[in-house]
Amino acid sequence: MDFNLTEERRMLQDTLSRFLADKYDHDSRRKGIASGRPFDPDIYAGLAELGVLGALFTEDQGGFGGMGFDLSVVFEELGRAGVIEPLLPAVLTGSLIADRTDLVEEVIAGESIVALACTESQARYDLDNVETSVVDGKLNGTKVHVLNGAQASSLVVVARESGKTTDQDGIALFLVPTDAKGVTIVDYTNNDGTSGATVTFVDVALDETNRLPGGYAALEAAVARGVLALSAEALGAMETAKALTIEYLKERKQFGVPIGKFQALQHRMADVLIEVEQARSAVINLAGHLEADRTTRERNVSATKNLIGRVGAQVVEESVQMHGGIGMTDEYALSHFTRRITMIDHWFGDVDHHLARFIALSAA
Amino acid sequence: MDLSYTDEEQAFRAEVRDWLAETLPRDLSEKVRLGKRMSKQDVEHWHRLLNAKGWLAPNWPKKYGGAEWNAVQRQIFEEEACLAHAPRTLPFGLSMLAPVLMAFGSEEQRQRFLPGLLDGTNWWCQGYSEPGAGSDLAAVKTRAVREGDEYVVNGQKTWTTLGQHADWIFCLVRTDPDAKKQEGISFLLIDMTSPGVTVRPIVLIDGEAEVNEVFFDNVRVPAENLVGEENKGWTYAKYLLTHERTNIAGVGFSTAALDTVKHVAQNVKSGGKPLTENPHFAARLAQVEIDLMAMATTNLRVVSAAAKGEAPGAESSMLKVKGTVIRQELTSLLRRAVGPDALPFQPDYLEGGDNAEMMGPEHAATAGPSYFNMRKLSIFGGSNEVQRTIITKAIIGL
Ligand SMILES: Cc1cc2nc3c(=O)[nH]c(=O)nc-3n(C[C@H](O)[C@H](O)[C@H](O)COP(=O)(O)OP(=O)(O)OC[C@H]3O[C@@H](n4cnc5c(N)ncnc54)[C@H](O)[C@@H]3O)c2cc1C
Repeated sequence: MDFNLTEERRMLQDTLSRFLADKYDHDSRRKGIASGRPFDPDIYAGLAELGVLGALFTEDQGGFGGMGFDLSVVFEELGRAGVIEPLLPAVLTGSLIADRTDLVEEVIAGESIVALACTESQARYDLDNVETSVVDGKLNGTKVHVLNGAQASSLVVVARESGKTTDQDGIALFLVPTDAKGVTIVDYTNNDGTSGATVTFVDVALDETNRLPGGYAALEAAVARGVLALSAEALGAMETAKALTIEYLKERKQFGVPIGKFQALQHRMADVLIEVEQARSAVINLAGHLEADRTTRERNVSATKNLIGRVGAQVVEESVQMHGGIGMTDEYALSHFTRRITMIDHWFGDVDHHLARFIALSAA
Repeated sequence: MDLSYTDEEQAFRAEVRDWLAETLPRDLSEKVRLGKRMSKQDVEHWHRLLNAKGWLAPNWPKKYGGAEWNAVQRQIFEEEACLAHAPRTLPFGLSMLAPVLMAFGSEEQRQRFLPGLLDGTNWWCQGYSEPGAGSDLAAVKTRAVREGDEYVVNGQKTWTTLGQHADWIFCLVRTDPDAKKQEGISFLLIDMTSPGVTVRPIVLIDGEAEVNEVFFDNVRVPAENLVGEENKGWTYAKYLLTHERTNIAGVGFSTAALDTVKHVAQNVKSGGKPLTENPHFAARLAQVEIDLMAMATTNLRVVSAAAKGEAPGAESSMLKVKGTVIRQELTSLLRRAVGPDALPFQPDYLEGGDNAEMMGPEHAATAGPSYFNMRKLSIFGGSNEVQRTIITKAIIGL
């Protein structure tokens, strides 16, 4: 057993955390979001230069990481600072575009964003619920909640070549440039300041050069990586919410004493501290099993996402409550973490979805 | 024991229901049903309609233009209004200031201010909290110094709900800085158009500017705007808190919210089946419904005691805690019910733009913001921690 990070990962963590502490703050993020800007290109370029995108890819892909603990180290730091820049798309699509070496290089350099277009409006959180189809070389359908779809140069599109809406067989993956004829993208800002899009495909012409290797199994493995990144990000965000709350309990005085003197709050803060440690362990569990066999990996995916959703809600609700009115304001940094942690529950399956899935996977 | 309403109460319910069906404008009820934000005009419109019927002020005596309903009637009205998706009325003037004026104000003040509350001339806001005085309300520092027949007010209020629309603010101000903190506070009515009053809106986590900071810089207030006696303001403020907590349990709100969650959950599919058939979601939904059924009865127990003239003590704190926990759980279920469609932020839709198209199923746009916004329920009106302290003090008494 060794719960220490390798030297390389520790260095990555230090550099990243220093960079973000210097350059990233609530006020500029808030102004950027209010102005409708999906992310700060300078920050994104800076992160690429530091090698943060490279850390998300394996050595064969031209990166220098790409394993579970690389993802968790990076995303915990991003979550801690509340970064909304588009690094998650690289995790979601990185393993799927592995054979496109030039494109991977561009992604690592921060020059291209490749987004994952998988969710459909009828699918809720079911990855295998796909109506978007490819028939006779024509792609048709609508994808919703495509993270950074409007900023992407190309999309990995999950589409059905055969079978019923919920069959896993018949699902294939295609790389589609966003400027291809027949692609329409409508973008919007999410509650947490990230950028989403609805993408419609009407008779988009595809040929074998658009096809990516793998089908549903590859998609599921890619989403497992995404769930790890999101969970680690939520953990980082919870660490910040926790730190802000501890600080506030010490500093805010009512009835002549710091509110942290009230036992009613002390005990609840203690519960938050206990649960955040649980969240950390859940992230470690998933990071450590990301390369395991499918059932082991997926049980950990659902266990971790369920626990992160539960603890996330507790941390958010308690942090806001213990702050009183200040915790409700947009101007105070906690607001961003409140929204981000909450919305993470809505990506790739919430508490209830993963509870049901964990039960099903355990019975199998 | 008899759980049924009397014939008169049932007739009253039918009358309220019919009137709402006839009078409540469809555009307003749709906005409420969909959880959109109310504009100042919307609230004023609804006030006018209620006032024309004599129902705007349920708790006021008839001689001031109120409905003079007892607690059971008020409860029935609240329930029916929520089920019909009526907007809520603005409580600050109607159920906070007015009872204080009736109990402690001068007849002149009553004549001067009560009519404007009913006919919509004056929009009031509540100036209690300050940056340093939240739960510890008696720590207010905003200073009022008597100079001739005026008070000169300096200081700051905060969290002032809808103060951006207000014509008047009722404030707790410090008139004696040397007395024990509860004994140096006065209750003062301040015209918001007075020179030296500045209002700064505060945007909350759901993106709406619902509350404000209000600054007073040498604001001159006529001494006749003092309510009751100088330095007795704390007594009046407490009177208000113990006697006028109508609808604190929010049974009507929760019943309507439960319907909404059920409606959404029946219409979204999870794993090919309606979400109401997902055992985990269904269990949580059933749990909160069971809690709500019991709380509705707890509420009626308190209400019928109040109708017989008993003043609720710890019970109103119990209802506040349980009521807000239930309402918050319902917002949490709503956000879970809409699933990934809770992600987009859709301010145009929330602001009520009729033509603003919404992404996702009904309520998708409001689910996230209302989950965030309703965190306020356990913070304001005496936080739930403060309520729990009141309950244990009253019952354990240590
Ligand atoms: C949306 C919103 C609207 C509001 N509208 C108005 C308005 O119109 N007019 C107005 O005057 N005010 C208004 N308020 C203010 C509200 O009444 C205060 O927020 C509330 O009194 C809590 O005060 P605070 O925010 O300063 O929190 P604090 O009092 O600083 O409390 C912080 C935390 O400490 C806890 N705490 C404090 N004391 C104790 C104790 N003794 N034991 C245990 N725990 C304790 C609290 O419960 C809370 O969790 C509004 C607030 C909100 C959020």
